[in-house]
Amino acid sequence: MASIKEQFEIPGTLKTWAYALIGIGGAALLYGMFTKGFSTDEHEQVHFWGTLMYNTIFWTLVCNAAMFFICFSTMAQAAWMQSFRRIAEAISTLVPVFGTITFAVLMYVVLGDKHHIYHWLDHEAVMNDPILKGKTGFLNPTFFIIWTTLTITLWSYFGYRMRKISSEADQGPMDADTAKAYNIKGMVGAGFFLVWFGLTVASTIPWLWLMSIDAHWYSTMYSWYTFASSFVAGMALIALWVIYVKNKGYLELTNQEHLHDVAKFMFAFSIFWTYLWFSQYMLIWYANIPEETVYFKHRVQGAYKPIFFLNLVINFLAPLIILMKRSAKRNFTLVAFMAVLILFGHWIDFYQMVMGSLMKEHVTLGWLDFGILGFFVGVLILMVARSLASKPLIAKNHPFLKESIIHHT
Amino acid sequence: MAQKKFVVGCFDDEATLFPAVKQVRNAGYKIKDVYTPFPVHGLDHALGMRETSLHTAGFIYGITGTTTAISCISWIFTKDWPLNIGGKPHFALPAWIPIIFELTVLFAAVGMVLTFCYLCQLAPGVKKHHFHKRATDDLFVMVIECTDKTNADDLQALLKSNGAVETETQIAEDGWWFGTYDKEDDLYNQKQLA
Repeated sequence: MASIKEQFEIPGTLKTWAYALIGIGGAALLYGMFTKGFSTDEHEQVHFWGTLMYNTIFWTLVCNAAMFFICFSTMAQAAWMQSFRRIAEAISTLVPVFGTITFAVLMYVVLGDKHHIYHWLDHEAVMNDPILKGKTGFLNPTFFIIWTTLTITLWSYFGYRMRKISSEADQGPMDADTAKAYNIKGMVGAGFFLVWFGLTVASTIPWLWLMSIDAHWYSTMYSWYTFASSFVAGMALIALWVIYVKNKGYLELTNQEHLHDVAKFMFAFSIFWTYLWFSQYMLIWYANIPEETVYFKHRVQGAYKPIFFLNLVINFLAPLIILMKRSAKRNFTLVAFMAVLILFGHWIDFYQMVMGSLMKEHVTLGWLDFGILGFFVGVLILMVARSLASKPLIAKNHPFLKESIIHHT
Repeated sequence: MAQKKFVVGCFDDEATLFPAVKQVRNAGYKIKDVYTPFPVHGLDHALGMRETSLHTAGFIYGITGTTTAISCISWIFTKDWPLNIGGKPHFALPAWIPIIFELTVLFAAVGMVLTFCYLCQLAPGVKKHHFHKRATDDLFVMVIECTDKTNADDLQALLKSNGAVETETQIAEDGWWFGTYDKEDDLYNQKQLA
C-alpha cells in the first residue's frame, strides 16, 4: 500500500470557491437579516427567518445523514464502504456546526415569540383553539427547547464517538481478537446513534421543527418523508465528495464498484421518497377532508403548483429514468450530475415544505434563498475539506478494508 | 434436439480453474459452460460471456404491465362502466397508481422468472444432460463443444496439463427434453460400445 496517498491536501481553487461563496452568501444573509429579519414588517420577518430555517435544517439533516450512513453500515457489518468512509465522516463533522446555527435560529424564533412562523407559540390563540389545546403536551416552548437541545447535542456527541472509534484504526495493525473487539465496539457506538436517530429524525424532530409550522395539520408520513428527503440528499453529497476527491487523485481504492452501490442508494431512496410523497398525497386526496387538504390546497392549486410538480420531476422522474441503467450508476460524470440534481431537488423540496406554508400567496424563491444556500455550501465545502485534511483518507488497519478493496458489484 | 460431441474437464479448485479457462480460450477453443458448486465471482468475465439481457426483458415486461393497467382501468372507469366513487373524477389517476404499480411489478416479475427459466432451460418435467455426477457437488466442470476441427485427444491433454483431475469425451444431448433420464442410459451404452 505504499502508493496510496493518505493525506488530503486542500486544492487552492476549492478554497477560493469556498471563500467566495461564503463571502457572497454571507453578505446576502446579513443584508437580508437587517433589511428583512429585523424589520418591523412581520411579513418580511417571516420571509427571512423561514428561509434561513429551511436552509439550516436541510443542511443539518443532510450532514447528519452521512453519519447515519456510517452507523447503519457499521451495524450491518457492511465492508464495502470502508474505502471511502472518511469522506462520510468528514461530512458528518458539520453536524455540530450546522446544528448550532439551527439551534440559534430556532431559539430566536421560539424565544422571540415568532408566532407567524410557529402558530402554536401564540398562547392566547392556543387556549381558544380545541385542536391546538389538545396538542400542548407536545407543542409547547419548553419541550421544544429541551428536545431540540438534546437532539443536536446527542447527534454531535454520538457522531463524535463514531469518528473517534474510526480513528483507532489508524494506530496500528490489529490481531484477530483486537479486530473482533473493535468491530463490536463500532457496532455498540452505531447502536446508540441509530436509536437516537430513530427517535429524532425518523419521528419527533420533523414534527417539531417543520410540521408544526402548519400547527393544525398533521400527516403520519411526514417524518419519514423528511427523513427520506434528507437521506437521499446525504447520499448524493457523499457521492459528490467521493467523485471530487477521487478526481483529485486520491481514493485509489475506491472505484466503479463502490460508486455503483452509492448510486444504488441514490436511486433506491429517490423511489422511496416518491413512495412516501405519493402515500401522503393520495390518502389526503382520497379522503378529501378539509383539515387535511389544507396543506395541499395552495401547493397543488395555488402559487406553489410549478414548484410542487417540478419537485416531483427532479426527485422522481429524473433519477428513475437516468439512474436506472447499470452503466449509468457506474459513470462518474453522470452520477456527479445526478448528485447535484438530487441535492438541488431536495433543497427545493425543503423550500416548499417550509415556505409553502409560511408564504402561501406567492413563491419567494429569489436572491435571499440562493444567497443563504451559497453561504451554507461555502461553509460545507471549506469545513469538509479541512476535516478531510486533518485525518488519513484511508482507515488502513480497519479489519474490513480488504473486503472493501475487492468489493465486486 | 441434436446430439453433439463434448470434451469435459473436471477441476477440484477454483484457483486452478481460472488459469485453465484462460489457457483453453487462448488456445482457440470455445467453452460451452462451466458448472460450479457455488457462484464464482468473475467467472462470467473470464469466460467472455456477454452481459445478460434479462433486465432489458424485465423493463419491457414492466412497461407492458403499466400500459395494460392504465389502458384497462381508464377504459373501464371512463368508457365502459363509469361509476361515481366518492365524488371523484372518473379519470382518478392518483387512485390508480397503486394498481398500475402492482401490475407493473407483477408483469415484470412473472415475465422475468419465465424468461429466466426458458434461457436456463428449466421447467417442470424437463431433463438435461449432466456432464458429471459431481458437477454441482464439489467439482468445477468445464465443458467444451467440439467442432469438426477439434482434436479431442489434444484438448484432453491440454486440460490435463492445466490441472484437470479428470477428463473425458462425451457424445451427449445438447438441449432439454421432456421425459426421463432413459436417454442418458442409451448414451452411456453408446459410449461403452465406442
